[in-house]
Amino acid sequence: MSKTILIADDEKNILISLEFLMKREGYLVVTAHDGQEAIDAISREHPDLVLLDVMMPKKTGFDVCQEVRANPVLKDILILMLTAKGRDTDIAKGLAMGANGYVIKPFSTRELAQKVRDMLDQA
Amino acid sequence: MATPAIWIISDLGNINCSPGLGDGKTENYLMLSPPLVITVSFSYLFILFAVAYFGDKRAETGQSIIASPWVYALSMAVYCTAWTYFGSVGLAASAGVWFLPIYLGPMLSMILAWLVVRKMIRIAKTYRITSIADFIASRYGKSPLLAGLVTIITVVGIVPYIALQLKAISSGYDVMTTPLGGIAIPPSDWWFDGTLYMALILAGFTIIFGTRHLDSSERHEGLVAAIALESVVKLVAFLAVGLFVTYGIFDGMSDIFAQASAIAEIKELLTFDQGRSFAYTQWFALTLLAMLSVIFLPRQFQIMVVENVDEQHLKRAVWVFPLYLLLINIFVLPIALGGLLYFGAAPVNAETFVLSLPLAHGQNMLALFAFVGGLSAVTGMVIVEVIAISTMVCNDLVMPVLLRTTRFGERSGGDLTKLLLFIRRIAIIGILLLGYLYFHLAGEAYALVSIGLISFAAVAQFAPAMLGGMYWKNGTRNGALAGLLLGFLMWSYTLMLPSLAKSGWISVDFLNQGLFGIEWLKPEQFLGLAGLDNLTHSLFWSLFINVVAYVAVSLWKRPTAHETSQALLFVDVFQRTRLSHPVFWQGQAKVTDLLHLTGRFMGETKAQQLFTDYAQEVGADEIGKIPEDATLVHFVETHLTGAIGSASARIMVASVVEEEALELDDVMRILEEASQLRAYSEALEEKSCSLEQATKELQTANEQLKSLDRLKDNFMSSVTHELRTPLTSIRAMTELMLDDPSMEEEQRLEFLSIVVSEAERLSRLVNQVLDMAKIEAGHAEWHSSDVDILELVTQSVNSISGIYKERGAVLEVHAQKHVSLIRADADRLIQVLINLLSNAVKFVPEDKGKVEVHIRDAMEGITVEVIDNGPGIAPEKQKLVFEKFRQVEGETDRQLGTGLGLPISRQIVEHFGGRMWLQSNIGEGACFGFFLPRQKDSLADTS
Repeated sequence: MSKTILIADDEKNILISLEFLMKREGYLVVTAHDGQEAIDAISREHPDLVLLDVMMPKKTGFDVCQEVRANPVLKDILILMLTAKGRDTDIAKGLAMGANGYVIKPFSTRELAQKVRDMLDQA
Repeated sequence: MATPAIWIISDLGNINCSPGLGDGKTENYLMLSPPLVITVSFSYLFILFAVAYFGDKRAETGQSIIASPWVYALSMAVYCTAWTYFGSVGLAASAGVWFLPIYLGPMLSMILAWLVVRKMIRIAKTYRITSIADFIASRYGKSPLLAGLVTIITVVGIVPYIALQLKAISSGYDVMTTPLGGIAIPPSDWWFDGTLYMALILAGFTIIFGTRHLDSSERHEGLVAAIALESVVKLVAFLAVGLFVTYGIFDGMSDIFAQASAIAEIKELLTFDQGRSFAYTQWFALTLLAMLSVIFLPRQFQIMVVENVDEQHLKRAVWVFPLYLLLINIFVLPIALGGLLYFGAAPVNAETFVLSLPLAHGQNMLALFAFVGGLSAVTGMVIVEVIAISTMVCNDLVMPVLLRTTRFGERSGGDLTKLLLFIRRIAIIGILLLGYLYFHLAGEAYALVSIGLISFAAVAQFAPAMLGGMYWKNGTRNGALAGLLLGFLMWSYTLMLPSLAKSGWISVDFLNQGLFGIEWLKPEQFLGLAGLDNLTHSLFWSLFINVVAYVAVSLWKRPTAHETSQALLFVDVFQRTRLSHPVFWQGQAKVTDLLHLTGRFMGETKAQQLFTDYAQEVGADEIGKIPEDATLVHFVETHLTGAIGSASARIMVASVVEEEALELDDVMRILEEASQLRAYSEALEEKSCSLEQATKELQTANEQLKSLDRLKDNFMSSVTHELRTPLTSIRAMTELMLDDPSMEEEQRLEFLSIVVSEAERLSRLVNQVLDMAKIEAGHAEWHSSDVDILELVTQSVNSISGIYKERGAVLEVHAQKHVSLIRADADRLIQVLINLLSNAVKFVPEDKGKVEVHIRDAMEGITVEVIDNGPGIAPEKQKLVFEKFRQVEGETDRQLGTGLGLPISRQIVEHFGGRMWLQSNIGEGACFGFFLPRQKDSLADTS
């Protein structure tokens, strides 16, 4: 049974490319365009992994991460943060909020695919 | 001034409510038994003493009962003596309104009190000065000669005043104890004279009140409390009599004045000049005299300056004391007129109307109360005055002489406190006996008021030396001596001697023919100055000669070093702080000698206490370790000054320490040091102030730098984010295409077009960031010319019309046909306009969108507004739109915006001196507008 991945990013073009990439890897894909949509989709779909952009309208990736971890039903969902800022403080903050990993934009599609695969295998 | 006239009232029928009494009826009136009057008087004196005793006890435990501005103000009313109580009525009965200047003077003085009296208090407290003699002597180099002279003038000048009190109380007693209108039988021998015993009793009370113990500050808290009580008693008693006369005997003020006006002789009293020549001069002279007296009379100095607890109390006294004077004067005229109307031709002394009017109406108790009020006025004056003078006699006359003898001076031992008290007690008795003697010699011939004025004129002689000393640094000891001596001689010759001559004790020849028969030496027409009354005449000559001598001699010879130093200490008393207070002394001293010396005059225990306190103050462990320096000598001298006066203290301190003579150069050096110290501390203070200021400025600058740094950081972070976002898409899509050669053509095309548009976005962003940076750094190029806004709008609309068509939005331009040219950069303005137009179209609803451009031309400049029918922007977000990288949510196509358009537009508008704004309500669209002013010069040309 193929795993479900939620992709949350407010950049339409990034969403398009990530969706294409993950589908090619054989996952089921759900998308969200802002933080609130992401929360809604997570509670609705219970995805196996979330690719979560940090800078999103309505709710930031940090907020989403925190809410997921605070929710007993959702707290074990894997979260991979995508950040375009790439500063050490942002990464540290993401991990502190409970993210399982982070990827700095712009990323290599191959590396990202590998990372997602590894995380799902370990789980 | 003559004895009060007795008016002969011929037509009694005109006076309706007058009881109308004639000669012969007076024998029927009541009198009081002597034992009753004496018992009441003594009881009252003992109550006073009890109050004083209680006050002293409280003071010892530190709970002062006089630490109140009310007590201070009331005690000042010791100014109102028997003269006020009995004499004013007498004067009013013979001279009408002329009793007033004596009270107008003090009222005027109190207005100036805050300046003069406050300075006197500060000086006296700082240098522990306890009398006028000490004040003057201390100011002019602590001169014993000057102290002695002032004391002698005071004694001679005040003796008549004390005689006045004795006369008042003795005639008051006679009125109380003899049938009204009857004549008291004069005592056959002097030892039967009650007045003598009265003087001795007063001396006894004064000794009890004033010399029970020795205090270096010469303050008597209990005494002040008793005086304040006396002031209340005499005021209430006088008001009671006044009310009785005005409303009991007559029908109110208007009735009395109406009746008085009906009689020609009495009506005359209510006019101002009453046939006097130089009436205004005389009025002015009397007022001036009273102004000076209220400050320089020994008892006023004692109460106002020496007994003052707190400088701030003066503020209350400034209005309470004049109010008191006003109250006690309200009924003077009614009582005087009432007495004249009532007694008519009966032989009743107008000065005793206060007692005789109630007696004549059978109001014995009221009369007794009035007598107690008079007694209050007398005792208050005598006690305070005599204490003040006895301190002067002891400290400034007797001690300097005693201390020069081998027995008391040098390094001899022995406690002198008992001796000091003994001298003061003897002085008190002596002064009162002198007062009795004057009463005996001249008292009968003069009215109370005339005697009092002689004393006033004597103390007025202190004014030039005192006031000059407080405000004029060049006044010298010789100047003060000359002024005082000549003024005093002039006073004696033109006022005192004539008073004795008129009483028949010396020949009146020199009065009528002049001394040695020389016409222009006539005492009351000196140098041919005729026409003035004798008081004004004397005051003029004595003060004139006094001032001229003081100033001339002061200017003639330079002051000594010691005088200069004292002058500075007095005149600049307010400028000197404790820290920079110069001590004018140099030499060698031993603590033990000084301690011993202090002990001799103040008692061993007190001296030990003082030195222990001083040791603590200077940070020494014990008395033996006190540094033996000028400050210590100054400390001892100041405290001794309180006990024995400045001149004596100087002599004593000089006797136990080895001094080096102080030269004028030394004074200047000490002053220089003090002023350097002060300048140094001021400079330090200034420096620390400016350092503080600099620290504050640095802090602010630092904060600004930090916040700029944060802004820069945020900007860099934002730019990074904005650059990485399109890069992410580009990299991802190209990699995907690279990895997947078999990708469908359609998919590949979509990806490629996205890559192109993201690349465009990247280059747009890079351009704008550079643009922004250039504008902010001031490196941007501006090409200003006179531009036609209408044309620029048309160009912008044309270049953007494609996007509007795509979204099906309407664009309208509203403007006048002709808009005047304005100086600006055409390309930059087009940039602004396109930015606003493209922003607007992003938010309008699809197919129903409408954007309007309004252009308004005015004198000041041109306003352009771009109005859309989009969703509007919430108030809290309106400010954010002008910040960098703040894109408004709900933008349909993020890739088109960079978040820098509006900030750049605003920078451009502001560069031309204009401003840009946003007006919007949720649901009602948004209006972005900017205003460009017409510029007077070509500021915009700068590049």
